[in-house]
Amino acid sequence: MSGVEITRRKFLVGSTTAVGGLALGISFTGQKVEALPNVTDGALQPNAWLQIRPDNKIVFQLDKTEMGQGVIASMPAILAEELEVDPRDMVVELAPVHGDFQDPMQMTGGSSSTRTRWDVLRETGAKARTMLIAAAAAKWEVPLDQCVAREGRIHLTGSDRSATYGELANDAAKLPIPKEVSFKNPADYRYVGKPLRRVDSIAKSTGTAEFGLDVRVPDALTAVVLRNPHFGGPIDSFDTTEAEEMPGVTNILQISAGIAVVADTYWHARKAADKVTVAWNKGPLEHVSSDWIRSTWEEQAKQEGKSVRSDGEGMQGLDLAADVTTAVYEVPYLAHATMEPMNTTARVTPDSIEVWSPNQGPQIVQSLVADALDVPLDQVTVYSTLMGGGFGRRGIPDYAVDPVEISKALGQPVKVVWSREDDMRHDYYRPATYNLLKAGVDDRGKVQTWTHRIVAPSIMATLIPTMSVMAPQWMPDWLTNLLVRGAGSLMKTRDASSHEGAGDHPYQIDNIEVEHVYFDPGIPLGFWRSVGHSQNAFVIESFIDELAYKAKEDPYEFRRRLLAGNDRLLTVLNLAAEKAAWGTVKDGISEGIAIHESFGSVVAEVAEVSVDNNKIKVERVVCVVDCGLAVNPDIVKAQMESGIVFGLTAALKGEININEGSVVESNFHDYKMLRMNESPKIEVYIIPHDDKPTGVGEPGTPPIAPAVANAVYAATGQRIRRLPLRLS
Amino acid sequence: MTHFLLNGEPVDIDVEEDTPLLWVLRDNIGLTGTKFGCGIGLCGACSVHLDGETVRSCQTPVGDVSGKQVTTIEGLTREDLHPVQQAWVEGNVPQCGYCQSGQIMSAAALLAENPDPSDADIDLAMSGNICRCGTYGRIRSAIHRAAELMSEQTDVVQHFDPDDPLVRRVS
Repeated sequence: MSGVEITRRKFLVGSTTAVGGLALGISFTGQKVEALPNVTDGALQPNAWLQIRPDNKIVFQLDKTEMGQGVIASMPAILAEELEVDPRDMVVELAPVHGDFQDPMQMTGGSSSTRTRWDVLRETGAKARTMLIAAAAAKWEVPLDQCVAREGRIHLTGSDRSATYGELANDAAKLPIPKEVSFKNPADYRYVGKPLRRVDSIAKSTGTAEFGLDVRVPDALTAVVLRNPHFGGPIDSFDTTEAEEMPGVTNILQISAGIAVVADTYWHARKAADKVTVAWNKGPLEHVSSDWIRSTWEEQAKQEGKSVRSDGEGMQGLDLAADVTTAVYEVPYLAHATMEPMNTTARVTPDSIEVWSPNQGPQIVQSLVADALDVPLDQVTVYSTLMGGGFGRRGIPDYAVDPVEISKALGQPVKVVWSREDDMRHDYYRPATYNLLKAGVDDRGKVQTWTHRIVAPSIMATLIPTMSVMAPQWMPDWLTNLLVRGAGSLMKTRDASSHEGAGDHPYQIDNIEVEHVYFDPGIPLGFWRSVGHSQNAFVIESFIDELAYKAKEDPYEFRRRLLAGNDRLLTVLNLAAEKAAWGTVKDGISEGIAIHESFGSVVAEVAEVSVDNNKIKVERVVCVVDCGLAVNPDIVKAQMESGIVFGLTAALKGEININEGSVVESNFHDYKMLRMNESPKIEVYIIPHDDKPTGVGEPGTPPIAPAVANAVYAATGQRIRRLPLRLS
Repeated sequence: MTHFLLNGEPVDIDVEEDTPLLWVLRDNIGLTGTKFGCGIGLCGACSVHLDGETVRSCQTPVGDVSGKQVTTIEGLTREDLHPVQQAWVEGNVPQCGYCQSGQIMSAAALLAENPDPSDADIDLAMSGNICRCGTYGRIRSAIHRAAELMSEQTDVVQHFDPDDPLVRRVS
């Protein structure tokens, strides 16, 4: 019976010589030879991604982790296409840390999985196919061109003779891996470019899919950790007397992150944690509040920043302009709020360290854990699990360290479970930013000058100092610290995530000056679906809309004029306008348009909005995407839908406020999510392409906030320049 | 000791009566299909059926289910996929999948009561369930499709053995 199996990886390290030298992978970082995952006698294993076993199991190592974005379906399909096997017949395993997967680090983010794996997965499939054909030809003593690969078998043309890949694997494994291979003609694709059903749908519809929180390690205890809500603040004092008497409690101990309450079940741990009394020190950010940040922004924006783009006369160009439009745009901090709260299970014994963690970077988990326990990297085994959402949050797997510390202290496996409140108050947040824009539009509607001063922190500057654990282990600490400190400081003004999508906006204007004023209130920062694009698209596409009205021109036609000659963007923009029937009167509906390029893809969205009693309702969204070759068009469509709802939630509701250096919001009553009754009808159109794929997971998000804000302006005449969108 | 019927099987459980049903299911019984999302009844990830009605198991003390019937996502599937699950798979609904157990339980309860729900009925029944991946549009379509499947009473549902470790391909 054919089947797709999603397994938690079983880490088998065997003799690398048993399979004819094929099971050798080269680690780019340590120059050491690593065993391939799952080594089995007689298997064909050209690299760490693929293993064809004699029992005819074809195992695919999914090196990118699955958080909903669909790599579990799209990546195997790329390899399977060239291998000539139905991808749904392959066994997909969530891969271990391995040198083959590092480029330069094994992590999942930046909408990069499909586009960075396209070449290597095609090559791997084609190489294995070539080797299997050669093995069959040798076995049957026939010319190569009489052997054809199809649906997991090599067939001898003009006969009934055939052999499964499994039957040929052992012979094929003894052949040299070809350097040159031929690829299929895209016209013959059977899986790539087709809307194949996701292989994980049944597991995820029957409650059988195993997420991090569902991992059950024998004899594991459950811990909750009390963390200081004030960022960077220490503990002044705490009392556990009452908590220790609570049912099921086994231990209460202090760890790096705070106070761990350990019990037999989550509920026992949580109930006991409520009985711990703690005096939290308000720490170094006591003065930081949302109001303080907003008032400081205004001061900061008075200074010159580092120039990130200067075209023509730049700022001086404003002197040429007769009529200057000035605007200030603000966006708040945002939490990720994945549906599955942070968690990790660890088993630390004197001989081994095992970690089961839902993560976007198994190598980062490995490094953080090795650093926390001061052991070499190769002593830490990371089992990645399915994730209940990621959106960038699980690229910073700080949560993996707590159970490791506790398990080591107790000598027993431990699962640490974050509450929703823990999750919301101890996130790495999308930065809040302030934007001062000025533009000169002449009386013929020409935009002469565009200046944009961004007051923003730098995600990389805050992260790099904590990433010192990623430095090669041979590097002495003093050098690591020096480099990391230096890099962090450099990043303050060189971090593209602060200005991506703003410094490089596509509109043709003679004089452009974009500056970044580095200002960091100290709140932890991280990568939030589409990162800098998430706020910069709102700023750019709203301000362009303002200028269209200033120029007394239709916002769609105005964009077309400023994008003249940019065929890729115009194709996307025009199709969005066409599919939305832009400019036709719709009863009670106003429309707004926006376009943005990110992660190699271009997305335009038209939002149709109704406003009733100052309440904004998005009724329909038309989305057009150019993402190169759509490996799985239905997943592309799903990711656009997903990115739009994610961005719409932020546009209409998302706001993390700060008070005394801590987060005010705590759960879904005050950090609200878009729900079914608020969810628009979404139509997605994909520009057809034979090219390589470009990003898909994030590019749907940036255009939606400005498309809606622009529609709200069309409906009400109110230009809302601060997110979330609120009518006054 | 609390006695109740869980997916048709009698269960005796000896925990404090104020323990939320969610954690009894997950930690004491080991059924992890029901998910923890918010702990305050606002996200719907923990939805189960209590005597056929959708409840949030994180807000249901186990003492309150004494003598009643509890159905979880594991109990929705017997020999075959439930029509709601069939429609979910057909429509490629799940992305991360974490909220989908709760979504499916809410949808199944809706259809048991209202075999042909309108979009407005669906909005009303489903707005307690958050999906962070934004699968709402597909959920709406899948509920209409499940209603069709249920009215056709056909045997389109496929074999599903919940004990089989393999997750089968949909052909």
